[in-house]
Amino acid sequence: MKRSAFPFMPEEASSVSGHVDALFIFLVVLTIIIAVGIFGMEIYYFIKYRRRAVDEVPTTIRTSLRLEVAWTLIPFVITMIIFVWGARLYFEIYHSPTEAMDIYVTAKQWMWRFQHPGGQREINELHVPLDRKVKLIMASEDVIHSFFVPAFRIKYDVVPGQGRYTLGWFQAVKPGRYHLFCAEYCGTNHSLMGGWIVVLNRTDFQAWLSGGGSEGSLSSKGEKLFQQLACNTCHRSDAQGRGPVLQGLYGSSVVLDNGETVLADESYIHESILNPQAKVVAGFQRPSIMPTFRGLIDEEQLLQLVAYIKSIGSGQGAVEVTTSGTAP
Amino acid sequence: MNPTNTAVYPKRHYLNVNYGIKSWLLTTDHKRIALLYLLSITFFFFVGGFFATLIRLELLTPKGDLVSSETYNKLFSMHGIIMIFFFLIPSIPAVLGNFLIPLMVGAKDVAFPRLNLTSWYLFNLGGLFMLYAVINGGVDTGWTFYPPYSSNFSNTNVAATVIGIFIAGFSSILTGLNFIVTIHSMRAPGMTWFRLPLFAWGIYATSLIQVLGTPVLAITLLLVAAERLLHIGVFDPTYGGDPVLFQHLFWFYSHPAVYIMVLPSMGVVSELVATFTRHEIYGYKFVAFSSVAIAVLGFLVWGHHMFVSGQSTYASMVFSFLSYAVAIPSAVKVFNWTATLHKGSVSYQTPMLYAFGFVGLFTIGGMTGLFLAALGIDIHVTDTYFVVAHFHYIMVGGAVMGYLGGIHYWWPKISGRLYPEGWARLSALIVFVGFNLTFFPQFLLGYMGMPRRYHAYPDEFQVLNVMSTAGASILAIGYVLPMVYLIWSMRYGPIAEWNPWPATGLEWQTSSPPPPENFEVTPVVTRKPYEFPSIDEVRYGGQLRTQEPAV
Repeated sequence: MKRSAFPFMPEEASSVSGHVDALFIFLVVLTIIIAVGIFGMEIYYFIKYRRRAVDEVPTTIRTSLRLEVAWTLIPFVITMIIFVWGARLYFEIYHSPTEAMDIYVTAKQWMWRFQHPGGQREINELHVPLDRKVKLIMASEDVIHSFFVPAFRIKYDVVPGQGRYTLGWFQAVKPGRYHLFCAEYCGTNHSLMGGWIVVLNRTDFQAWLSGGGSEGSLSSKGEKLFQQLACNTCHRSDAQGRGPVLQGLYGSSVVLDNGETVLADESYIHESILNPQAKVVAGFQRPSIMPTFRGLIDEEQLLQLVAYIKSIGSGQGAVEVTTSGTAP
Repeated sequence: MNPTNTAVYPKRHYLNVNYGIKSWLLTTDHKRIALLYLLSITFFFFVGGFFATLIRLELLTPKGDLVSSETYNKLFSMHGIIMIFFFLIPSIPAVLGNFLIPLMVGAKDVAFPRLNLTSWYLFNLGGLFMLYAVINGGVDTGWTFYPPYSSNFSNTNVAATVIGIFIAGFSSILTGLNFIVTIHSMRAPGMTWFRLPLFAWGIYATSLIQVLGTPVLAITLLLVAAERLLHIGVFDPTYGGDPVLFQHLFWFYSHPAVYIMVLPSMGVVSELVATFTRHEIYGYKFVAFSSVAIAVLGFLVWGHHMFVSGQSTYASMVFSFLSYAVAIPSAVKVFNWTATLHKGSVSYQTPMLYAFGFVGLFTIGGMTGLFLAALGIDIHVTDTYFVVAHFHYIMVGGAVMGYLGGIHYWWPKISGRLYPEGWARLSALIVFVGFNLTFFPQFLLGYMGMPRRYHAYPDEFQVLNVMSTAGASILAIGYVLPMVYLIWSMRYGPIAEWNPWPATGLEWQTSSPPPPENFEVTPVVTRKPYEFPSIDEVRYGGQLRTQEPAV
């Protein structure tokens, strides 16, 4: 475990770590000033005005309105500065980029499973390249978990449920091995549900990629599933099927039968497979004749289907999966 | 002038007016009910403390080697549930509030004495359900009960626990109701709102929260139980429910709940600072209104517990802003207490030592709240030991120290005896040192990345964990000593005068201990709060007027 740059602080290993630490140090300094100030005044007053006779009665003092206003407004201004600074950091950390390398993450009691777009699978250890934006598409199989990498200063709760993918991102700026923890209590082995993020420079990462056994890319696995589960009988590319055409769907706007327009992102696809009645495309009958696949496929298989549908998003058949923009 | 040369135990007072177990179990005297609560919550404090001891022992080593993971998860859950619902929330209101509010406003009792007794029984009934859950194998959901774990995955006594909390919650609601009505309608002649002691303002603000907030917790816990038993699908996603909905409902109560725990303690600190400086509290009206402001704003910040839950980033911004707003009235109190010391006559008796500890530790706990309210920082430190340290600074360094300060300050009034000052000061010092050694390292652990609720942890976190456990053992001594000497003092302590400090306030204008009806003659209030005309007037005025009424 590498020694960190500052004592009692993890390494600054992501593009945002230093920014978070800057605000933290500002707050530490502010706290020291205030704490020393208050403690100091107390001790000073305790000594200077200590009771000198048992029956001593001191002079009364009058409240100054100006002082009250001052020590209300000045703290308010200081807290507003902290608020704005913290809010801007939050948007920086939580706003996933559009161009990034996708990693699909499944959280389940009590392990983290990762799938690279090229098909490599990892359990509890995630290899990523240096200096590239990595986008995390995360789902939980059971209870709420939380993806926490202290060195990157990121944390994302992964909440189970249909229509619910947690999107996150980071950019590692320092090669190394960094703790991954589950940070939302999830039962018996919550404290053992950890692992490592391994950041490799470009050449090492390429070597790792080719060294690993990949059983085919995520989207090709999804394509196989699509046929196995007979999705292709209704969702035909020639529009003769009973269901909507899925080529070109991903990233487009879909008009529903109730007049609403929604974005066809990962969450939309996830929800439509598990609960087809939730959103019915305009022009198709309600109740939808699509059966639900809840209970028939797990989150990992869902991720493969999503990857496949993304890959036919541009209407050109299976291509290497890169993300097109979806807001968090 | 000294009408009574030495303190004499009053002939007739609330403790000796009748004897026997029925006279206690069927009492409607608010002072006896306060002592009944004192027994109940002290019992639960030591049960919760026992679980804390096991937790800290386990955390001496990085591996989970003292107890199994299942057991550890039950330990932290039960520690939290018992300390929050069965110790902290009732503590000051049910013990000191019950004892003092009627005395402070100049009334004979609370507005609804029988409801008051009922509240105590409800508390114990809830406590029994909790004890059943503990004995029958415990509960492991954490005090936060997040579904789907609590509704669908945990195999422990969730239903019994939530029923216990549900019932005890009614004790809280009814106590709050009683105080609101008492303060509104039973003040003695001349006792205007702005002549009320600040402790009364603190209890009043707390009572508002208890009455308005607790029902939300009640229904939320009921929904968890229903989810478990009937699979309704409110929170469980496999039935179409939303786990984050639970978090909104739960924290809507549980954030204001922390103000239930700390506002009364702040009220105590105001009383202590006034008495032990012999000054009116600087900025009395500002301190009074700040209690109400905290109660109101406290209902608007619950989402700051959910910044990483996936809730809308815009909602998070609003909650962050409001969380800074609610910090300001607390800061105002700290500044006013400090200013009260200026040109005062400051004494270091034990209650003041606890007040001093409160102000310092609450300041640190409050400042670390600013860290947590900062969105970008919270991402890193939420769900880590940073949060654990923050809330223990406020709850233990703040609320419990205020509680102990209040127990010592009003002990002469409650028991008619003085506690031994030397032992008491030593205990206060031990508590202060033990507390900081226990919890300061946890801030460091949190920023380094140690998550909370962890049974085992990476080796590099061990040194700070060992320091924390060492501190906990010192803190434990600091808590046991007062138990011993306070009980000792009930028999062997020097007899107390009506007003030993002396202090202003109507409770000091009657005997120690007070008669069952509190005042032999209804008091009439003419002075500003904390006005200190002269030592003799404050110390003996009430006694003189009562024992030798003007002809």
